[in-house]
Amino acid sequence: MTWIINNLDLIWGLTLEHIRLSIPPIVLGFLISIPLGWLAYRFKLTRGILLTLAGLLYTIPSLAMFVLLPPLIGIPFLSELNITIALTLYAVAIMARSVADALGSVDPAIRQSATAVGFGGWRRFWTVDFPLAGPVVLAGLRVAAVSTVSLVTVGILIGVQSLGYLFTNGFQRRILEEIFAGVVMTVIVALVIDRALVLLGRMLMPWTTVAKQKAPAPALEGAPA
Amino acid sequence: MNLLIEAVQWLFSPERLEGSNPIPVRIEEHLFYTFFAVIVAALIAVPLGFYIGHTGKGRDFAVGLSGAARALPSFGLILLLVLLIGVTQVQLQLATITAFVLLAIPSILAGAYAGIEAVDRRVIDAARAVGMTEWQILWKVEVPLGLPLLIGGLRAATLQVVATATLAAYVGLGGLGIYIFRGLPLQRYEEMLGSALLIAALALVLDGIFALIQQFAVPRGVSAGRAKDVRTSSTRRRAVAAKPAQERRG
Repeated sequence: MTWIINNLDLIWGLTLEHIRLSIPPIVLGFLISIPLGWLAYRFKLTRGILLTLAGLLYTIPSLAMFVLLPPLIGIPFLSELNITIALTLYAVAIMARSVADALGSVDPAIRQSATAVGFGGWRRFWTVDFPLAGPVVLAGLRVAAVSTVSLVTVGILIGVQSLGYLFTNGFQRRILEEIFAGVVMTVIVALVIDRALVLLGRMLMPWTTVAKQKAPAPALEGAPA
Repeated sequence: MNLLIEAVQWLFSPERLEGSNPIPVRIEEHLFYTFFAVIVAALIAVPLGFYIGHTGKGRDFAVGLSGAARALPSFGLILLLVLLIGVTQVQLQLATITAFVLLAIPSILAGAYAGIEAVDRRVIDAARAVGMTEWQILWKVEVPLGLPLLIGGLRAATLQVVATATLAAYVGLGGLGIYIFRGLPLQRYEEMLGSALLIAALALVLDGIFALIQQFAVPRGVSAGRAKDVRTSSTRRRAVAAKPAQERRG
């Protein structure tokens, strides 16, 4: 425990840095995946192309991605931008599929009713389809957020400071506590962001707490199918 | 673009087959770690997942476990276990493989129980009604019908471990990550890029193989039924339940 007590400032500073690095990919990933998810939901052709691309992108290991991206898009290798773009791509790969699935889960009868009472395409999307798709979108967003927080740590290998610093530094100096502190703090940051997303979801979609009996287990991992 | 050409040249240079770091040996190590860990994880997680799926007991435990495990940073887990277990070659291998097994278990467990849980209750009732024992219901009904999701879980686990195995080189264990960690301090970008291409290709090939296996794992009766209702109803509505979201950690 002594190492942790003596280095609380370092741990806290890195935690804040970690949060700062985690948020842009989550937010950007979410924003980008809405139009892409819609395209994947709406047209058969774009569905095949987008979901296949997302699947392929998702398969590439993160360390390889950090090395592959810079020469392909002309950004510096040892940079925060590299991490942000790579993690945004992963987030889009997860969320584009869940947005597509979410839009597909909206009851067609509701969509037809909205059209029948005179909603245009744009207004119907934002006021009917998207809010109703919300719970499934949120499930995807939570998966993307938690995995982004955990992936930020790999960035230390290309010199981007985060809680991952405690891993490499602790390993080099053989301080078990330091690595342990890094792992625990990463998990805590992930859980806090996850909780915040759930609460945000409850605020924005108050009806989901009422209709709880059909809540799917969002936390399943498995087939990219 | 020049860098990419150099990287490809590095990759296909005849020197890659000799010396202290021949590529085939590194691929072999990488695949060995991956499959060994996934098999060990499957031996633990599949029976447990079948038990949870069949009896419905411990479901909350499994959901909670896969949720909590998702937040675990794999890189930190490897380093933590290495410091805990030790740094001789054998201990290193034990530590990293343990880390890989721990990372692989949640996906496989989720695939195993979700596959069985997704089987229509009426099918199971029918099986019971014609006099099948619980054991027969599990092996002749639930397992075959749940197989595609189980393989999906194995697929996700394999991809996670392949990705994480790249990080094993950091603790001195070889695998394909070694070229990236060696090239990094020396700024040999062609080497790093060449090996990154190779790592990505390996992951994509494994994923492709699993995608094929998954297609074949759908029982014939089921795929025939499925082909029929594609025509009568929209394919979109069913998409959600059968495709759990996945994540990556490595």
